[in-house]
Amino acid sequence: MSAAPQSLRAHPFRDNLTMLRRNLLHARRYPSLTLNLLLTPVILLLLFVYVFGDVMSAGINGGHADRADYVAYLVPGILFLTAAMTSLGTAVSVATDMTEGIMARFRTMAISRASVLIGHVIGSVIQTLMALVLVLGIGVAIGFRPDATPVEWIAAAGLMALVSLSLTWIAVGIGLVSPNAEGASNIGMPLVMLPFLSSAFVPVDAMPGWFRWFAEYQPFSPFIETLRGLLLGSEIGTKNALLAVGWCLGLTVLGYLWSKARFNREPRA
Amino acid sequence: MTATNHELAIAATGLRKSYGDKTVLDGIDIQVPAGTIFSLLGPNGAGKTTAVNILSTLIRADGGQARIAGHDLTAEAQAVRAAIGVTGQFSAVDGLITGEENMLLMADLNHLSKREGRQVTAELLERFDLVEAAKKPASTYSGGMKRRLDIAMTLVGSPRIIFLDEPTTGLDPRSRHTMWQIIRELVSGGTTVFLTTQYLDEADQLADRIAVLNGGKLVAQGSAEELKRLVPGGHVRLRFSDPVAYEQAATALRETTRDDQALALQIPSDGTQRELRAILDWLDSAGIESDELSVHTPDLDDVFFALTGSPVPAQSADKETVR
Repeated sequence: MSAAPQSLRAHPFRDNLTMLRRNLLHARRYPSLTLNLLLTPVILLLLFVYVFGDVMSAGINGGHADRADYVAYLVPGILFLTAAMTSLGTAVSVATDMTEGIMARFRTMAISRASVLIGHVIGSVIQTLMALVLVLGIGVAIGFRPDATPVEWIAAAGLMALVSLSLTWIAVGIGLVSPNAEGASNIGMPLVMLPFLSSAFVPVDAMPGWFRWFAEYQPFSPFIETLRGLLLGSEIGTKNALLAVGWCLGLTVLGYLWSKARFNREPRA
Repeated sequence: MTATNHELAIAATGLRKSYGDKTVLDGIDIQVPAGTIFSLLGPNGAGKTTAVNILSTLIRADGGQARIAGHDLTAEAQAVRAAIGVTGQFSAVDGLITGEENMLLMADLNHLSKREGRQVTAELLERFDLVEAAKKPASTYSGGMKRRLDIAMTLVGSPRIIFLDEPTTGLDPRSRHTMWQIIRELVSGGTTVFLTTQYLDEADQLADRIAVLNGGKLVAQGSAEELKRLVPGGHVRLRFSDPVAYEQAATALRETTRDDQALALQIPSDGTQRELRAILDWLDSAGIESDELSVHTPDLDDVFFALTGSPVPAQSADKETVR
């Protein structure tokens, strides 16, 4: 007998790369999904700065209106809203992909099964980071002036990558449990609502007491406070830093296990 | 059959599958010798697709065992996958990318080198008449083109066993013929083909062996000819040009069905050599000489009716037989 045929040797790395290429190709051919999702955070950014900016800053600063101040406050929150929105796009594209006939083909090929999901995840994180750079650019254009050191910049980039990764894995799970694209965007809605219920637009202290606890501990407030600290030098606090990293790791592991279990389920014939 | 397990591309025993209390496959045995075409024939809902899904590792059987290309279906699923290619009922192409990109994707997933991948892609696109459409998104392809691309993608990894689930459903007659030609070529190259179809003429045209699946059970197995002999309806037909000779023969041979317009008589027969000789002896002794003698076996339609007790789907108005 000869040795195992070449095709039997596992090539997980190459399979991941192939699937990543496939997803980036999709994104390049059909960028409208991602671009549409980007519209919401950008519009909100402009709306809150140029329309509500004076009122919002006056409310936060004890009556003293300063729009430039509010730009600095708002941009970190808008960045994570962007990450949440693009992960909604991931949920939709995963759900769509699962309804395609090619999924059955992938499942009957001698490839690394996880590569189908990993391709989506890496592709989405890359897209999210590109979207974040774009939104950050718009922020800078309207007066956002971070004073971060290079090390703080690296930490901020790392935080955003980690958050994107965790949100993406959750989004993949959402995409896998959804029967179709519409379902995915419905089930994914709470994920997009979370940033609105965080310290993105107003500080947690300014919220009613009964709500404060939720706003303080849900994932987005610690993400946002940590990023604010890194980019603008405000106080992060050990609690927020730990919560941010903890949520990232927790969501990533949870999303990964959930997605893996869902994907390994037998497709309904 | 003297074939050992080694020569069997597919050997399955007692495959069972149910969803809730609905039994889809109720213990089926299938043996397909390497290098042959096997056709699983049955009406809609008979369980054909479920059988393909199980044998191609897409879903798990509730019971039974199977070896594909010598590998155990469950314990060595990845080895089975390396040996097979599957073209499902619903087109398994990536509509968002071009035909050529689909092919290169398959080359990458089959771990071919860049050069090999390009070469195989170019060859198959040429062979399946897709060169012109290669740079267009697959979603813009017609049904026949999608099916051809689908099979071309399946062939990238040079699988030894190919599963085709209703490969010609929804194709126009010309595309259907092209598909038949493709399938014949595959087998001439040594590949084993497992084909499901609801078209009797397709099984008749292509398959070395046919199994009829109905209600989750195999109700018959054999070559098309063997199956046809299972049902009554075969006959020997004698045609005369002289009306007088026809009348004489009709009177002499009482056990016949007359066709006065064509001047033909039908004598029931199962079409075996022995019966044919008996009929000839009988005609000789009665001094009857016809101008034309032909042996008719029942066609698969008769078999299908008899075995499944259901209307033949291929007879529905929108289908036609191409000869």
